Amino acid sequence: MSYRIKFSNVFVNYRIPSEKIGTFKEYMIKMVQGKIHHRTFAALQNINLEIYHGEVFGLIGRNGAGKSTMLKIIARVLTPSSGRIEVNGNVSPMLELGAGFHPELSGRENIFLNGALLGFSKHEMDEKFNRIVEFAELENFIDAPMRTYSSGMWARLGFAVATDSQPEILLVDEVLAVGDEQFQQKCFERIESFQKDGTTIIIVAHNMSTISQKCDRVCWIDHGEAKFIGLPDEAIQKYRLSQ
Amino acid sequence: MEKPSIYIYDSARHPFRPLEEFQQVFKYRFLISQLLRRDIVTRYKRSVLGIAWTMLNPLGTMIVLSIAFSQVFKMTEGYPAYVLSGLMAWNFFSQASNASMVNLVWGEGLLKRIYMPKTSFALSAIGTGIVNVLLSLIPMIIVMVAIKVPIKLSILFLPIPIIVLAIFTLGFGLIISTFAVYFPDVAEMYQIVLTAWLYLTPIIYPEDILPSGIKLLISTLNPLYSLVKLFRIPIYYGRMPTFVEWAVPVSFALVFFIVGWMFFVYRSNDFSQKI
Repeated sequence: MSYRIKFSNVFVNYRIPSEKIGTFKEYMIKMVQGKIHHRTFAALQNINLEIYHGEVFGLIGRNGAGKSTMLKIIARVLTPSSGRIEVNGNVSPMLELGAGFHPELSGRENIFLNGALLGFSKHEMDEKFNRIVEFAELENFIDAPMRTYSSGMWARLGFAVATDSQPEILLVDEVLAVGDEQFQQKCFERIESFQKDGTTIIIVAHNMSTISQKCDRVCWIDHGEAKFIGLPDEAIQKYRLSQ
Repeated sequence: MEKPSIYIYDSARHPFRPLEEFQQVFKYRFLISQLLRRDIVTRYKRSVLGIAWTMLNPLGTMIVLSIAFSQVFKMTEGYPAYVLSGLMAWNFFSQASNASMVNLVWGEGLLKRIYMPKTSFALSAIGTGIVNVLLSLIPMIIVMVAIKVPIKLSILFLPIPIIVLAIFTLGFGLIISTFAVYFPDVAEMYQIVLTAWLYLTPIIYPEDILPSGIKLLISTLNPLYSLVKLFRIPIYYGRMPTFVEWAVPVSFALVFFIVGWMFFVYRSNDFSQKI
């Protein structure tokens, strides 16, 4: 089977100050005193991994083990310090739904703004607009400012914009909690239909039952190293034993 | 079906980042126009006078300053026009550089999750500034007519000083936004810097009142001295700039732009490392 994502010898090093410096003033004073030291933190070490077409791939590990760093690399938010990453297909991250909306703008204006943040062009957004409004069930409120929306409406619009067209790769970083139960069902259906149509889904979750139910394969990361890649139950077992 | 996108990053041979950023900015031009639109629309949405504020704001400052200083600076002909033309350039610089910083800090949460060219935030801030400066030309012309300062054809040359000032402001805005991402106090400190900077630039006072030693110091060390002057020449002085009046601000703008762009682009890969 062909791969969608390939990590080859990926290393990521963070350069972090050895003590927390909160303000610029403090930084300048410490710099003059020669007290600024950085240490290198290896967030990912020699990751070699292929994630396939249509696969649901889980990432588990402790906080700070490197799971979000992996997602950031795939979403090209961060580049590897060394190594090679190949991502075939467009990546859609499930944002904290509705991040980037502006309360003073209308729903209509926010759809275009949020679409632009996700990298779509004007032309693509014109084409998507009606489907987004329909899916979010906001036909009657679309020209009202978003500050008048309930949190459920807010989240519905966020989900609808983010998932209007099928992405080749979907990154899911947290449990989906969108609006009422009926709408949540609609969201899950949409994600499942993406999966049937070949979207690769990458899930980071702390809930092991979600991982074992949904994932085809799981990678357990510890201290930036991929300790195990394979079947979910096996990975979970190894992860639990290590704790 | 949308075109398949392939993203490959190889640390051994990656493209020259500052140039790649240009390509991405072009690809994301819709984002920049949307951010610009958001800035302009939200600023005025809940105010009665709306967009008129852009024009009334510098006008109000000008009136206050004219009442306060027109006796002091009697030898400056058409003092209100002198102040207003300087304030237009100053407001553009101070507001746009500040907005690049505020916009980037706002977008930080998003930048950790999705890719977008990070210079978009500063670019949209500059775009908003250009719109505002063009709008404030209307009160400028009204004032000039009212106090009988002749309007010359040289005013048509104004877009070029605006572009030069915009390039400088972009470079400078990128540098301070990089610091603002790491240190929250930079935004506050910048307000103090701006106040000092305003008084170190001949905007509300004529440059002739400066002792020659200080004038030399300011005109060589303060980039805004020549940038504001270049802006003022076609409106207030109603003539074309000389070669030197050109060369100095253009060089400042280019140096700041290149340094700011490179510095920002190289640092910005680390923004998402912040935990």
